[in-house]
Amino acid sequence: MLLAGAYFLLPLYAGLKFALQNDAGHFSFFAVKAIPSAQGFSAAFTLSMKLALVTVVLAMLLMVPTTIYVHLRLPRVRRIVEFITILPIVIPPIILIEGVLGSYPGWIKSSPYLLSFLYVVLAMPFVYRSLDAGLGAIDLKTLVEASRSLGGSWAQTLRRVILPNLRPALLSAMVLTLALVLGEYTMASLDLWETVPVWIVNFQQSDGHITVAASMIGLIGTWVLLTLIVSLDRSQSRRSRRKAGTT
Amino acid sequence: MKETSTTGPRSDATAAGARVELDRLVRTFGSVRALDGFTLTIEPGEFVALLGPSGCGKTTALRVLAGFEQPDEGRVVVDGQDLADVSAQKRDMGMVFQSYSLFPNMNVTNNVTFGLRMRHQKKGPSRAKAGELLELVGLSDQASKYPHQLSGGQQQRVALARALAIEPRVLLLDEPLSALDAKVRGELRDQIRSLQQRLAITTVFVTHDQEEALSMADRVCVMSKGNIEQTATPAVLYARPTTAFVAQFVGISSRVPVETSGNEVTIFGQTCPIRTGEADPGAGPRDALLRPEDFGIEVDPDGKGFVTHKSFLGATTRLVVQVGEISVRVDVRSDQGADIELGTHVRPRVIARDVLVAPRMAIAAAVVDG
Repeated sequence: MLLAGAYFLLPLYAGLKFALQNDAGHFSFFAVKAIPSAQGFSAAFTLSMKLALVTVVLAMLLMVPTTIYVHLRLPRVRRIVEFITILPIVIPPIILIEGVLGSYPGWIKSSPYLLSFLYVVLAMPFVYRSLDAGLGAIDLKTLVEASRSLGGSWAQTLRRVILPNLRPALLSAMVLTLALVLGEYTMASLDLWETVPVWIVNFQQSDGHITVAASMIGLIGTWVLLTLIVSLDRSQSRRSRRKAGTT
Repeated sequence: MKETSTTGPRSDATAAGARVELDRLVRTFGSVRALDGFTLTIEPGEFVALLGPSGCGKTTALRVLAGFEQPDEGRVVVDGQDLADVSAQKRDMGMVFQSYSLFPNMNVTNNVTFGLRMRHQKKGPSRAKAGELLELVGLSDQASKYPHQLSGGQQQRVALARALAIEPRVLLLDEPLSALDAKVRGELRDQIRSLQQRLAITTVFVTHDQEEALSMADRVCVMSKGNIEQTATPAVLYARPTTAFVAQFVGISSRVPVETSGNEVTIFGQTCPIRTGEADPGAGPRDALLRPEDFGIEVDPDGKGFVTHKSFLGATTRLVVQVGEISVRVDVRSDQGADIELGTHVRPRVIARDVLVAPRMAIAAAVVDG
């Protein structure tokens, strides 16, 4: 266990130490402070955030209704859908991007938002699993039927009943998608767009301290978000346990 | 279908409830016919229980009425309106589910007002009505709590209040008591019946628990294989079952192999008339179906029967009497039963005015009654 811990923590320690050193090897925040004004960072950061936003919206619009529909109407095909969502993990990114470039209309190919469509595909395994687990934790069919029998339309049922009870799962899916977009290098690089990961690689040749500091901030930011998800999951589990205890 | 009475005992008593007609409903799932020509009419304000074993189609019938399932054939008519093209959302039917169906993200008040809000009623009047209903179900002090803070019984009471809030044309209860412990179940059973009578709302109650059905309903509809075996008042259903299935499913019956002769059978040497109104049972080997209270016994050292089990039930004591290969259950008054020990030789005699006969079962099954 110590060995595993060292394997994981030593590079982080080394990266953090390097990010907080100046050229003379003394402790300094100069690299962190220099990130916002570094050449190209602002544009790369803005592009990454726009892509993240569009990707999250697209992924939710596509996957939330699909997963709910599968749970409600096609429970038998859940395993098939799950299998399909795993495919982006096993298909190499170069094949995915070639497929998308060959099939998407021309106007989107010249836009950076093409990456969002690719990221939606890449995020499918995480989004589907999060939503699937969230829907599995509630009695979806009964809640929907209760709402419908009380006069709720499908839209009202979705907005007032399903989505509020799916909040931790939605948050989890959104944060995982966000983390994926902010950390994805291969596709952005192949499609010649400078997102933050691409900028880190490109700018490394100019100043290693700044790029390592940017990587560390990204890593810590993702870690904070994931910790937030875990604590929300725990809070939901406690609520479920309390509910089970009262019945 | 053996019998479908269409006149409920309270048909003249109420005006608030709706008249429900389920007309020759057929619903298949793959090769299974969950409903097979199911026909039932429920009068306004009547409380009808659909009773039957798992898979008999009772829940499917309720779900077709609610609009959650579409029948392959047949019609659902409420107050003369065919509901074929009316979605569940528009049917105005309040439903209480078997599993806890309160919306976890809403407190008790918001759960109860949900249906009213869906009908665009203003917040103030909705909350006032929720308050009234919560008082009716005895949960006024729980209005701000969330479902996970309530017990199972309290959750079902809130679900009942929520279903009643929309002033439904029909109240549908899908085994709402089955997840509760015995004490809470008994309390809620009485409360549901009392509310239903007070509000005079047409109610369909699905259950596999005969005690619940017999104690709550105006009429009980016993179902088997997607159709009705018998629909009758609880008293008639228990005392005058018209089929072997009903006799065995409702209450406890002992099967005694008999030979029929005309309209009579001989049971333990005693001649008894066959129940009138039945189809001609024909001559030959049959089983008589007898309730524990259909028998009396006399202690007789020369009697062919002897007592093998004895259970104290309060006012009565249930004895299992073995006569040859046949085992019958006999209820006696407990003061009489107190003097009867296991192994005592007795002479069972039929005290019922007539008996129900059914096709003969294999002897191995015949000795296992009820």
